[in-house]
Amino acid sequence: MANRIPRVAVREQDAKVRATNFEEVCYGYNREEAMLEASRCLHCKNPRCVGACPVGIQIPEFIAKVCEGDIEGAAGIIARDSSLPAVCGRVCPQETQCEGSCVLGVKGEPVAIGKLERFVADETLGKASAECAPANGIKVAVVGSGPAGLACASDLAKWGYDVTIFEALHKAGGVLEYGIPEFRLPKDKVLKHEIEEVRRLSVKIETDVIIGKTVTIDSLMDKEGFKAVFVGSGAGLPKFMGIPGENLCGVFSANEFLTRNNLMKAWREDYLTPIHAGKKVCVVGGGNVAMDAARTALRLGAEVHIVYRRTEAELPARKEEVHHAIEEGIIFDMLTNPVEVIGDEKGWVRALKCIRMELGEPDESGRRSPVPIAGSEFEIETETVIMALGTSPNPLISKTTKGLEVTRRGCLVADENGATTRPGVFAGGDAVTGAATVILAMGAGRTAAKAIDEYIKSL
Amino acid sequence: MFEILTKEMLTPAICRMKVKAPRLAAAAQPGEFLIVRADEKGERIPLTISDYNRAEGSVTIVTQRIGASSSDIIALEVGDCFADVVGPLGNPSEFVSMSEDELKKQRYILIAGGVGTAPVYPQAKWLKEHGVPVDVIIGAKTKDLLIYVDEMRGVCDNLFVCTDDGSEGFKGMGTNMLEHVVSEGHKYTQAVIIGPMIMMKFTTLTCRKLGIPAIVSLNTLMVDGTGMCGACRVSVGGKTRFACVEGPEFDGYEVDFDEAMRRQGQYKAEEAQTNEKHVCKIGRGK
Ligand SMILES: Cc1cc2nc3c(=O)[nH]c(=O)nc-3n(C[C@H](O)[C@H](O)[C@H](O)COP(=O)(O)OP(=O)(O)OC[C@H]3O[C@@H](n4cnc5c(N)ncnc54)[C@H](O)[C@@H]3O)c2cc1C
Ligand SMILES: Cc1cc2nc3c(=O)[nH]c(=O)nc-3n(C[C@H](O)[C@H](O)[C@H](O)COP(=O)(O)OP(=O)(O)OC[C@H]3O[C@@H](n4cnc5c(N)ncnc54)[C@H](O)[C@@H]3O)c2cc1C
Ligand code: SF4
Ligand code: SF4
Ligand code: FES
Repeated sequence: MANRIPRVAVREQDAKVRATNFEEVCYGYNREEAMLEASRCLHCKNPRCVGACPVGIQIPEFIAKVCEGDIEGAAGIIARDSSLPAVCGRVCPQETQCEGSCVLGVKGEPVAIGKLERFVADETLGKASAECAPANGIKVAVVGSGPAGLACASDLAKWGYDVTIFEALHKAGGVLEYGIPEFRLPKDKVLKHEIEEVRRLSVKIETDVIIGKTVTIDSLMDKEGFKAVFVGSGAGLPKFMGIPGENLCGVFSANEFLTRNNLMKAWREDYLTPIHAGKKVCVVGGGNVAMDAARTALRLGAEVHIVYRRTEAELPARKEEVHHAIEEGIIFDMLTNPVEVIGDEKGWVRALKCIRMELGEPDESGRRSPVPIAGSEFEIETETVIMALGTSPNPLISKTTKGLEVTRRGCLVADENGATTRPGVFAGGDAVTGAATVILAMGAGRTAAKAIDEYIKSL
Repeated sequence: MFEILTKEMLTPAICRMKVKAPRLAAAAQPGEFLIVRADEKGERIPLTISDYNRAEGSVTIVTQRIGASSSDIIALEVGDCFADVVGPLGNPSEFVSMSEDELKKQRYILIAGGVGTAPVYPQAKWLKEHGVPVDVIIGAKTKDLLIYVDEMRGVCDNLFVCTDDGSEGFKGMGTNMLEHVVSEGHKYTQAVIIGPMIMMKFTTLTCRKLGIPAIVSLNTLMVDGTGMCGACRVSVGGKTRFACVEGPEFDGYEVDFDEAMRRQGQYKAEEAQTNEKHVCKIGRGK
């Protein structure tokens, strides 16, 4: 009966209008809409959605509270498992996680779990008052202020630890601040509050400190009295393709493009940061990073093409972002792979030379791998090329810390509790897994917090 | 934090400041740089660490006015604070990690152009303190643009000063000065060249002609300075390198200077707009 109500549509900014501004695309549910959507949940006895949420949020329980109109109660239930619900409700790839396993999705549309989580978090943003155990005076250092670092620091602070986060950039938040754009994750409206909440737990955040350069982990532990260290330094190193012409003027990494725009607010008139989009932009890649770079370039006034070597079905980006990108007028050039960037006489990009691809036999991962079609090269005239090919962990920390092992791909070696090969040093998030998701990073931060607590108690 | 302790104008466009940054001062080495932001809305601007005082917890920076951001830095006064100062970044100069035996065999010539004189100073100082023979060439367009002449005299064996117009010292550019010095019988095992990109390009060519290995310190565009953005990409020996984490010092013989110069000018059009707006904004406030 309940599931005869169709999924409640969420209000969004008109595609034509939003393509010219940086305000949030999705308005989210209001109270009535949220309660109506919540009423669709069947409160399954063995809820498959919970198992598919990487941190196991008690989804039917919080949704039941929303049904009753007890939003604070719902927030309390979510808070048991997630410390960044306003963020995750917005950016989780729900279609492959919680919502992807909702029973309602078998025949119709799954419950809009992400949108409900977002509603609950937004309603209670800045109101939660987590209780802290009395201070125990034991110092723990956290490297990096992304979701992994923030989550680890909050838990430890709640248990009474004296926690300092060291952040290399001038602002806290990691990818949430420098990578994900304003129109998906508003900085002042949402992120700022999430970080304020961490500060309110008496966590100190020292920005402008690069661990491995300004100070080493060894010196934090040996000289500054930190009993344990959590490394949540992310996977920030951009990849390039290694094709000719990549150092021409007008070729940027998505990291540079997004950092200039998000962290350094190039889109705002009152900031000095320069950014270059030009009239036409090609973004190479098909993940969230590529969508974000493309939609940012669009908002800066460019015609934007996404150049991707597989087909739409294989795009690793969140479905909602792809859908939004198409609505906004991003052009998708599928089964296309760049082979060279071609410059003009002044050393600027003139065109992107590509080759057409076709899908071949499935590889080990089961995905059909793209193969070039011989002789199919062609040029796309463009002013700017943005490379969004993925990232890997920065070696600064592993190179300057004794006893920290890394894998061949440069990821820190850590066990399922986050313990690295060096006693007292724990790690989690993208620094361990390589580029992944916010919710996984947050979960890893919390797992490591437990392990750090046990480690310190065992000393 | 990051309070400005002293400030002096070395020329009308070049300013020296001592800034409180204890963690940075404790870790700094010659050859490294830092990044500052004058205020909340400013750019991240890389500047070489011109000196450091660990006891006082301070670092010295020397800034030349080029566009909007460097003007904002120079506009700060003693007692003001930078929004951000982060570092040290990049790698220390090669000699810092040389053994005593290796150092003994070296004779350095440091060649500085314009504001590049400031970053040469800590290198000369370090070499002198470690008993390594070191000569310095300082070149500038004209007498009024010379900086660090007296300070440098105290930290090198021979100081050679040249100006393009001959208003002070030898008349000619650093390249001419170098050829002259070598023709007089001075011998060097290693040159270090720091100055504008174009000056580094031509001085490297002269070094090659004279058979002196040349190290250059590349002042590429940068954003984060930690290897995260790739704005600082340069081609060195045909390979792409990130100047912030793999440099800023590279073998001059291997650097593609023409590409580096083009890349440095990448935001020229955007900067020109900003500078215009910035001047208007400043004008309106007064
Ligand atoms: C553009 C973009 C869009 C994305 N979109 C999504 C999405 O829609 N949904 C989703 O789930 N995931 C998304 N992701 C992935 C997600 O953001 C990351 O998986 C997540 O942020 C990883 O968290 P983290 O805490 O491990 O690292 P990060 O968020 O990378 O934070 C690491 C922090 O450590 C700092 N740091 C690094 N080295 C040092 C050092 N030596 N000393 C001090 N500090 C240091 C960094 O400056 C950074 O602030 C996206 C990523 C990008 C880049
Ligand atoms: C490792 C490193 C060390 C440096 N050390 C010093 C130092 O000790 N003292 C100092 O004064 N400067 C130094 N610089 C250069 C300094 O960062 C630039 O002068 C500054 O970024 C210019 O900013 P602006 O906003 O004032 O000028 P902008 O408005 O950004 O630029 C004005 C014009 O200058 C050009 N330009 C931009 N950056 C540079 C650059 N790096 N070098 C030359 N021209 C540039 C632009 O193409 C533009 O046309 C260093 C740079 C690097 C990378
Ligand atoms: S955290 Fe993510 S996966 Fe878990 S319930 Fe929320 S939106 Fe779904
Ligand atoms: S699977 Fe769907 S219907 Fe069942 S409890 Fe979870 S959200 Fe509700
Ligand atoms: S300045 Fe960003 S990678 Fe070098």
